[in-house]
Amino acid sequence: MELNTFENLISKRDGDSPETPKTGTAGSKTPAPKALTKVETRNLDFYYGPLQALFGISMVMPEKSVTALIGPSGCGKSTYLRTLNRMNDIIEGTRITGDILVDNEDIYASQVDVVELRKKVGMVFQKSNPFPKSIYDNVAFGPRIGGIKGKSQLDEIVHRTLKQAAIWDEVKDRLNSSALALSGGQQQRLCIARTLATNPEVILMDEPASALDPASTSRIEDLIFELKKDYTIIIVTHNMQQAARVSDCTAFFFQGRLIEFGTTKSLFTTPREKQTEDYITGRFG
Amino acid sequence: MKSERHSLAAKTSVRRVWEQFVQFLLFTCAFISVVTTAAIVFVLVTESIVGLGDSVAFFQQVSLWNFLTDTKWAPQYGAGEFGILPLLVGTMWITGIAALIGIPFGLATAIYLSEYASPKTRGIIKPLLEILAGIPTVVYGYFALVFITPLVIEPVGRFLGIQVDTFNALSAGIVVGIMIIPMVSSLSEDVLRAVPRGLREAGYALGSTRFDVSVKVVLPAALSGVLASFLLAISRALGETMAVTIAGGVMPNLTLNPFEQVCTMTSNIVTMAGSDSPAGSVEYRSIYAVALTLFVITFVMNVLSQFILNKYREVYQ
Repeated sequence: MELNTFENLISKRDGDSPETPKTGTAGSKTPAPKALTKVETRNLDFYYGPLQALFGISMVMPEKSVTALIGPSGCGKSTYLRTLNRMNDIIEGTRITGDILVDNEDIYASQVDVVELRKKVGMVFQKSNPFPKSIYDNVAFGPRIGGIKGKSQLDEIVHRTLKQAAIWDEVKDRLNSSALALSGGQQQRLCIARTLATNPEVILMDEPASALDPASTSRIEDLIFELKKDYTIIIVTHNMQQAARVSDCTAFFFQGRLIEFGTTKSLFTTPREKQTEDYITGRFG
Repeated sequence: MKSERHSLAAKTSVRRVWEQFVQFLLFTCAFISVVTTAAIVFVLVTESIVGLGDSVAFFQQVSLWNFLTDTKWAPQYGAGEFGILPLLVGTMWITGIAALIGIPFGLATAIYLSEYASPKTRGIIKPLLEILAGIPTVVYGYFALVFITPLVIEPVGRFLGIQVDTFNALSAGIVVGIMIIPMVSSLSEDVLRAVPRGLREAGYALGSTRFDVSVKVVLPAALSGVLASFLLAISRALGETMAVTIAGGVMPNLTLNPFEQVCTMTSNIVTMAGSDSPAGSVEYRSIYAVALTLFVITFVMNVLSQFILNKYREVYQ
């Protein structure tokens, strides 16, 4: 997988985000300032019972960047995403081999507390899933189970994360009314705020805008662009324009295998693999 | 190529008649339960509040005030004393103890089955609970009388230095509590499992433990259904007859001591119905007054549980 190494990727990047330092040209001997690797998987195989869903996935995701996972339905991109915070653990009969490293720590190691992992690696789901509680209680849920009790501290977290998720102005007068009264797009931004409230470093997003109208989708995309400054974001999407718009790197999955992984620009303009080209030009999928 | 168009006109009137017949048949079946309920209410009211023709109803002989405030229930003694309080207190003892046992154990079982148990474990425990629900109540009563009282309650009573009656409220309450466990657990488990998977995932993704998800996400989301299951189980305990008659006794007793014998409203109805009180006498009619009281209480409980269930039904999509 030498083609997918991180240095290689970064060297090809043309993104100008100030947080991800540019490196020298590929093959340059001078050691470039390295953007840190945040999440890495090595030879990851995943099984639902006897059925193998992922085959030898090796990928490196840099810190404070957006990585998009694309591919046709059933290609394993959501399964892959859910291994990164061990959400698949709650499904009976799943099994994994290979390594997943977050900040160079093996998240499947026996001493890892999955609760701590999920605080560090937050997740936003396809279908917005606010709790049937007030807006305030939704956002405060994570901090509360994390042991924060002080009213002023919770107020501050709720205020900050709702602002970060660009929904504060819409809900500031009704923090105590039910989250279920919000529109779909608002609910999704609330769920993003709720995720931010646990202070994650990585945010996994599983098709976060697929159930939303174009206006709400564009708000979510703007939000992702903002969040990239502070968080490492990995997003599954069916929408290739969306992948092209929001991500720095893109990975193309097909039938449980990682077919191609590179900077978004290179993958969309000069795909190396025939399958990638066929998919992004709409010949299948 | 089709040469003829399919006509939309009804081919025969038989189909229409058959449809109407089926609808009528189904309506009749549904109507029978309504008629039965109405008939029961009619009998209870005519025997206890307003007599039909020249027959005299219970409350036309005994004042409602005396019925509700007298502290003695002795219908066959002298002119008869008809204070419902001892029976009410007996029923409250049984129901209270049963709720204290049945609700926590039932809810814990439901949470275990819905959130913790593997499909295999659930496959073993659920049929066992159904067996528990299928045991005749007379067996439960006997079990309380010959096992719970001598082997559990009497040692506890000796330890506390309290005289334990052969028939006592505690053993009957415990056994009714065990009886309602399957009811609480199966109804609660249904509503807990109906909580959308997405909410659980949201909980886990925020760093919740399984206990956090069970108690802070799933249970609050299903709270209305869970409360309704409690109320239905309490209604069941209120109406339970055979087990409490066998284990709790038939002696009306206004007491604050659960180690003593009590008589519930239901046990009283059974003993009075089996006694040699002549039909039409006031003690015979007292059965209906007690039954009416019980009916009102359980009716209110059921309405309340329906109300709670409906009020929060649309809490998640």
